[in-house]
Amino acid sequence: MSVLRLEQTSRWFGNVVAVNGITMSVGPGITGLLGPNGAGKTTLIALMSGFLAPSAGAVTLDGEPVWRNTGAYRTLGLVPEREVSFGYLTGRQFVLANAELHGLRDPGAATRRALEVVDLLEPAGRRIGTYSKGMRQRVKLASALVHDPAVLLLDEPFNGVDPRQRLHLMALLRRMGAEGRTVLFSSHILEEVEQVARQIEVVVSGRHAASGEFGEIRRLMTDRPVQYVIVADDDRGLASRLIAEPSVLAVALRTDGGVDVSVSDFGAFALRLPRVAREHGTRILEVRPTDDSLESVFSYLVGG
Amino acid sequence: MNRTIIRLSAQAVLGRRRGIVLVLVPVALLLLAVVVRLLTDGDVGFQATAGLGLTLALPLVALLASSAVLGPEVDDGSIVYLLAKPVSRHVVVVSKYATAWATTMVLGALPLALAALVLDPSLGRRALALGLGGAVAGTAYSALFLALAALTRHAVVVGLLYTLFWEGVLGSLLAGVRWLSVGAWGRAVAGEVSPLLADEASTGLVYSLVAAALVTLVTVWFAGDRLRSFTLRGDE
Repeated sequence: MSVLRLEQTSRWFGNVVAVNGITMSVGPGITGLLGPNGAGKTTLIALMSGFLAPSAGAVTLDGEPVWRNTGAYRTLGLVPEREVSFGYLTGRQFVLANAELHGLRDPGAATRRALEVVDLLEPAGRRIGTYSKGMRQRVKLASALVHDPAVLLLDEPFNGVDPRQRLHLMALLRRMGAEGRTVLFSSHILEEVEQVARQIEVVVSGRHAASGEFGEIRRLMTDRPVQYVIVADDDRGLASRLIAEPSVLAVALRTDGGVDVSVSDFGAFALRLPRVAREHGTRILEVRPTDDSLESVFSYLVGG
Repeated sequence: MNRTIIRLSAQAVLGRRRGIVLVLVPVALLLLAVVVRLLTDGDVGFQATAGLGLTLALPLVALLASSAVLGPEVDDGSIVYLLAKPVSRHVVVVSKYATAWATTMVLGALPLALAALVLDPSLGRRALALGLGGAVAGTAYSALFLALAALTRHAVVVGLLYTLFWEGVLGSLLAGVRWLSVGAWGRAVAGEVSPLLADEASTGLVYSLVAAALVTLVTVWFAGDRLRSFTLRGDE
């Protein structure tokens, strides 16, 4: 059982602040690090894995600082986003080298076990240069698992992995979390994170925007005003009827046709809109969300 | 030292296209020696070959070997796989240095002695002297270039400029440069071993050995220190 702790940790590059005063504690089980691209997830993982010095604050693993502490790698496994460029080695040679560098008593057996866990035993004799994206991802994982670490950090592990392998990888992470390991992975996709992680930490623009169990985060993200543009054959009539709906916060007519609708309860609105239209014989031509990008979800979270 | 890192580094040096270039340098030097032997006679040919070998071929081999063991892995960040281990970063660097050094000895210093033998097989001591001078210079060169590879991703370009301008052009124009020239220290060692290679402007045996050792120790330590602060950068 190991705990990674960040205390008031900041990291800046010149005058760009990549990580801004984050305090969080990552314990046993699976934690998802969620945030849009460029939010500072990779920087955070670099800080957590001892590959970046904090500009301020402290990053500790079981009380010991991780920066300039190679001993921490006995308990820590890292799967960077970066590709393995040891293309001239076979998968087995690469994982074996990792096992040897950890000074394991039986590196051969550890290699076999790690390759088996990621389901890569059969192609292990091939050179990494010939591997598909998903296989490379798995060989990286095998190299990080070979010393059976208590803490596993993964940077965007599902990127570019096909759906079948994604399920396999998710099952593997869940199993590791259930075994009491501390597993943290980053992703920019909410659905991906909530399928695997119980605990979710949301990072936006280098700040710790939210932290909690996945249900809370989902509610935070979905229970927010959503903007739609609706085009109907009678825009003004539709607008007057929509403002009577409790799920609607605001309505405005657009000069170029259509109605801007701000919705507080997305679920109720989705049920009511077709009924309202039918009751009044209004034909709806178009319904289009205007700000459903992940970034707007995140900026809402930061603002709130 | 770490056997695994030495093995991986050796594969990085010889397992790729760079390995072919590395072997081409001594082969070219030996071919030059053969041509010189066939077409010229006397000392001029030897001076030209030995000069070219010591001031160009040797540092070139050291540069290619040292940058191969460290450069690509640092550039693309994949060295993180070697560094996320409970192994001292100084041990990592010393192991990588050992690989680069051994490569420089076999493909840089040894061919110098062989080229001298091709030119005149009866002057065994002169060949030995040239080889030893090359070994001393190669030891310092490979350490210096390793530190360069740990410092900048343009290590090959910087190393080439250093070799051509500092060791080559400035070294032959300004006599004072010899006190700070790895090649001059190698020549001083060779001059001590064989009177045939003695040079009035020698930096002296003791100074040359101490200077070469100092450069080696300081630059290898520096490279290790750089790796202790290795930083993983994301694409974002």
